[in-house]
Formats: sequence, structure tokens, C-alpha cells
Amino acid sequence: MTVETKLPYNKEYITDYSKKRNEPNWFQDIRLEAYDIAESMPLPKIEKTRINNWNFTNFKHDVSGDAITSFEELPEKIRTLLGDKDSAKNIIIIRNNTVAFTKLSPELSDQGVIFEDLFTALSNHEDLVKKYFMKDAVKLDENKFTATHAALLNSGIFLYVPKNVKIEEPIQVVFWQEDKEAALFNHVLIVADEHSDLTYVENYVSDNDDDQSVANIVSEVFALDGAKISYGAVDNFSKGTTTYVNRRGVAYNDAVLDWALGQMNDGNTLSENETFLMGHNALSHAKAVSIGRGEQSQNFTAKITHFGKGSEGYILQHGVMKDRAASIFNGIGKIEDGASKSNAEQESRILMLSQGSRGDANPILLIDEDDVMAGHAASVGRVDPLQLYYLMSRGISKEEAERLIIHGFLDPVVREIPIETVQKQLREVIEGKVN
Amino acid sequence: MAGSTLEIRDLHVEIDGKEILKGVDLTIKGGEFHAVMGPNGTGKSTLASAIMGHPRYEVTKGTILLDGEDVLEMEVDERAQAGLFLAMQYPSEVTGITNSDFLRSAINAKREEGDEIPLMKFIKEMDSTMDLLEIDKNMAQRYLNEGFSGGEKKRNEILQLMMLEPAIAILDEIDSGLDIDALKIVSDGINKMRNDAFGCLIITHYQRLLNYITPDYVHVMMQGRIVKSGGPELAKRLEAEGYEWIKEELGIEDETVGQN
Ligand SMILES: Nc1ncnc2c1ncn2[C@@H]1O[C@H](COP(=O)(O)OP(=O)(O)OP(=O)(O)O)[C@@H](O)[C@H]1O
Ligand SMILES: [Mg+2]
Repeated sequence: MTVETKLPYNKEYITDYSKKRNEPNWFQDIRLEAYDIAESMPLPKIEKTRINNWNFTNFKHDVSGDAITSFEELPEKIRTLLGDKDSAKNIIIIRNNTVAFTKLSPELSDQGVIFEDLFTALSNHEDLVKKYFMKDAVKLDENKFTATHAALLNSGIFLYVPKNVKIEEPIQVVFWQEDKEAALFNHVLIVADEHSDLTYVENYVSDNDDDQSVANIVSEVFALDGAKISYGAVDNFSKGTTTYVNRRGVAYNDAVLDWALGQMNDGNTLSENETFLMGHNALSHAKAVSIGRGEQSQNFTAKITHFGKGSEGYILQHGVMKDRAASIFNGIGKIEDGASKSNAEQESRILMLSQGSRGDANPILLIDEDDVMAGHAASVGRVDPLQLYYLMSRGISKEEAERLIIHGFLDPVVREIPIETVQKQLREVIEGKVN
Repeated sequence: MAGSTLEIRDLHVEIDGKEILKGVDLTIKGGEFHAVMGPNGTGKSTLASAIMGHPRYEVTKGTILLDGEDVLEMEVDERAQAGLFLAMQYPSEVTGITNSDFLRSAINAKREEGDEIPLMKFIKEMDSTMDLLEIDKNMAQRYLNEGFSGGEKKRNEILQLMMLEPAIAILDEIDSGLDIDALKIVSDGINKMRNDAFGCLIITHYQRLLNYITPDYVHVMMQGRIVKSGGPELAKRLEAEGYEWIKEELGIEDETVGQN
């Protein structure tokens, strides 16, 4: 069965949508160009994952949400992501693609930190957005999804940290799809100027087990010379949402770009996380955990491409598959000609809990330079019956023992995550998914 | 209360289609300490594993009853809930689960939902038991048995024993890998458990351990059966003379479970 892949929206709709938001002409032009590209491209072929029966066209595009005046209005699911209400100092909550709550500590705004939704940024900081938006990181015509993304973009965040500004507390965004059919075409644009430091945490939440929708997310993250970015995410879309998520980073000289991704969606998901290590001695850790359950099918690619000399890239992903879930984990370390003294390491481990689940780890090293180091480890296995026996011999039930083993399998990645908020959130979400 | 009774009758056990135990009879009552000795490969660990329900061992004949309840009908966790405990010869390593989380889950598994052990109480108890066994405090936060030395694993088994307080415990070569001081410490721990409700089966090769923990009964295993039983003096004689005299007495040439 092949479902409809033509967009349910036309150019006229897009022009109107853009006008309604007072977008600059160049931005509207990008949308229209992207629309043509999207219409002309077929769905990409994804190795080992069949996506042509996934829902990409059934969704509501233009939705809105009410403002939030106090934390007490938020549902439990969102509140647990925020911790206690005073701990979140810098936060935006996007509810149905609408900014519902925003808070930025005065110290940060005084230092020139920009943290706002993308549409506001298009009018307040147009030049900055224009300089980075879908140029050097993700291109419009990369695939049908990136083109569709730009054409239908309906949500976004812009975060800019000026030179030498170092921010300790995490900057957090919650994307809450309260409307069960609301599609999220969300763009995250982060620029850490030279020698700045920032920690960014994002959460995607929906509650649509039975209603179909789509999430199409592109993050473009720039760490300029000497900058340091910690990027954490906990994705938690419900079963009804089909997700395409492309998180792309560019790290220049001596920059550090660390990813900590909790890929906990319940629906079909195609996820790419790629970092270009452009500069000398650029460094990236890409850490990810995931749990697959139900009938969901997922495809994860973690890729680090080395251009700069002495650049280092470390990929670490652990996944647990339950029920009839199927997941492919690709790990790609690519070292370009000239990136001498680089190091590309990766580790992918998959644990399968049921007979019906499928998991596949594909470690790939592509190396065009002699003077480098590289290594990979990958494994796909089932629960060790002797471990289960040992735990049960202490009175722990089989279900509880499996719960412990799942937590345990993911814990070596979770405990390595440098952002405490993300660690805590992840443990909660994992707990919710193992029961 | 007088404690529990574990009754093993005519137990036959196979692994991978090979019969290892060929009719074991043994009864352990609360308050009693039994020692099982015997040369390598005679079925001692097999007996312990079959009692606990190891997935690879198949009981083909015989019965195991705990206070009259059919143990062989129980899942592994149910056996533990019913009061059995096995300190294993080779405990598993489990990455990602801290020793402390594991122990707390095990304790809570025996309690009703809503009646979980308070965290502070648990930490206090674990701390003091670890002190008693002279276990390094950071072992609590390390992953379960992962990278533990041989002796550390054994102490960790006894830590679990002391905190879980089973009715009947089986200790499979708890003394192997322990240095002389540790042997004394672990023995003191086990002796602390001694009361008229607690029954214990100690599998060991050495009289050394039995100098610290005096057994009420000593059994010798050969060819997958208990071939001789006696009091503590039997262990002393084995230490002094080895197994040859028993083999001669019983006309046994090959004491292992054999090829048959
Ligand atoms: N999978 C198997 N297939 C065949 N024989 C097996 C298998 N596993 C164990 N055995 C045999 O069963 C016999 C009894 O083993 P067991 O571990 O019970 O001995 P034991 O008395 O505990 O020895 P030790 O004192 O060395 O610990 C041994 O001869 C062993 O080789
Ligand atoms: Mg043995």
C-alpha cells in the first residue's frame, strides 16, 4: 500500500500563511521554492525501513494555543518536564505552535542573549536568521522532508548567544502539541558565537494515540570558534505522530558540540543527527537512547563528519526494543581528506526483549585520510537468561527484573549525559515506557 | 516459630540431556546447618541450582517440598518469596543496575505494594551490613557485580543473604576466593544469622570454613548422590584423609557423575 505523498496544501495557502505572519519576502520566497522542490521529489528510500506506508499527509497545519499564565495550568506530563516552577529560569513553552509562555532571565537579555520564537526573530533579528537559516547546515533540497519542512514551517525557536557569554543554566523549550491533529513543522536555530557556552534542552510532547499527525523538525546548530554547546532533547510524541527529525550541527575551530538525545517517541520515526566538524580540534559527542514498543518502526542515523584536523567524534547509542517494534541504528563516522589526526569512534548496542521485535545496528566508517584513528563496536542481543535468573532468585518478579534490565541497559548512556535536567527527564520517560 | 523445612526426595536432574543428579535425598530444617562436600564435578552445584530453579536444569524425577509446598511448581521468584536463597558459585554481572537499587528492589519484592522499605531505613541497614562485612561503601553505587573481584562477589552474596533474611539458604562455595581475613568476616556474618528458624546448606571443599561455621550434619556427594552422611567429625576426617577411603568403602572407582 502506498499512501498519498502530495502535500494537502498549495502555493496559495502558503503565500497567505506567510503574509498573515508578516514574514519578510525572502522568507516567503524560500517557502515557495521549497514547495516546488517538495512536490518534485519522491519520498527518499531508507535502507531497511519501509516508510512509504507512513502517514505524511494527514494533519492539521494552522492551529493555535492559548497563553499560559501560571505553571498550575499545565498538565502533569508537562510539569514533570520542568521540575519545580522556580528551577526553570529560561524557558519557552510552545503550545499548538503558538508561544504560550516565555521567560528569559534579565541577566541573559542584558548580555545580549536572544531567545525567542522564530517568527519574532524574523522581524527583530532578520539578518542573523537570514545568515544561518537553511544554508550551511541543512539544505532545502536535501530530501523531500527538508523541503516540506521549509514550505510548511509553522513553529520555531531562535537562540543566539553573543561572543564570550557563558550561560550556566539550561535554556529550555517545550513543544506541546495539545491539539491531537496539529502538525509541527518546527525549526530550531541556535548560534553560539565565538567562545560562548550554552546548554539547550528541548521536549516534544503530544497525546494522540488514536489521531494521526505529523512532526517535521529541523535543528540547525552552530558552534563558532571556541564555543561550547550542550544540546539535550527528549522526544515524546505519541503513537499517532509520524516524525521526521533532522538535528544538524556545525562546529568550527576548537568548538565543542555535544548531543544527548532521548528518542522516546511512540510513533514511526525517522531521525538523523549529523555533525560537521569543520574546524581544527572540533569535538562532538553524540549520545542517544531509545525505546521501541508496540508496532512502531524507527530509523536512527548518528553521523559525524570530520573536516578539521585533530577533530574528534564519538557516537554512543543504546536502544531497547519491545513488543513488535523494529529499529535500525546507523552509526557513521566519516573522515574527509585532510582531516589528519582525527578520531572517529562509535558504539551501538541494541537489546531485544521480545521474539517479535527487530533491531539492527550498522556501524559504518568512511575514511579518506591515512593519519587517523577510528573504531566501532556494535551488538544486538537478547536478555541474558542467567541475569534474569539471578535477579529473580532474589524474589524479583520477571516483569520487575526486565524493568531493571532495561533501565540498566540504557543507564551507561543516561549517566554520561552532561545535562542533569535531561538525565532526570529521561529516567522518568524511560520508567513510563517500560511499564 | 520453628522455621521451615526443605525436603528433597529422590531428585534426578538433567542438563542438556545428561543426567547429573541420580536420586538425592536430603532434609533441612530450620535451625540446622548442613554441609555438603565432595570432589569436583559430583553434582553439588547442580543440586543447589535445581532447588533454586536455574533455567538450564531439568528435574526429571523426584520432589522438592518447602513446608509441604511443591517447590518445583514455583517460578524462580516465587521460590525466593517462599523463603529460599542461593548464594551462587558464579554470580551474574548486571550492567546498569546499581548494587543498591538491586537490593532495594529485592527487599521491596517481598513486601506489599505501598509498604516499601523507606529509603533512609534501607540505606542505614545496607550501610551497617556493609560495615559488618567490611565491604567498601562505594560498592553500593557500582553496577551489580560488574568488575567485582572473586572475593568481593562472595561478600556481596552474603550481604544479600543478610539483608533478605531467607528461611533456608544454600551457600555454594562461599569460601572460594576469600582471603583468610575475609573468610572470618563472612563466617561471622553467617553465624549471626544462626537461630532456630534459619536453615542452611553449605557447599564447600574445605574444613577451614567449617572451623568457623560448625555444621550439624555433613554429607558427601559422589556420582550425583549423597553417599555418606555424618556429623562434624566426618568433615575433619575428609580434611585429613581425602575421599579415597569412602570410595573404597563403597566400591566407587570414578566419583564424578560419569559417562553412562
Ligand atoms: N551442559 C552440560 N553438559 C554436560 N555435562 C554438564 C553440563 N553442565 C555441567 N555438566 C557436568 O555436571 C557435573 C556436575 O557439575 P556441578 O557443577 O554440579 O559439580 P560440582 O560438584 O558443583 O563441582 P565443583 O566442586 O567443581 O563446583 C560436572 O561433571 C559437569 O561437567
Ligand atoms: Mg560447584
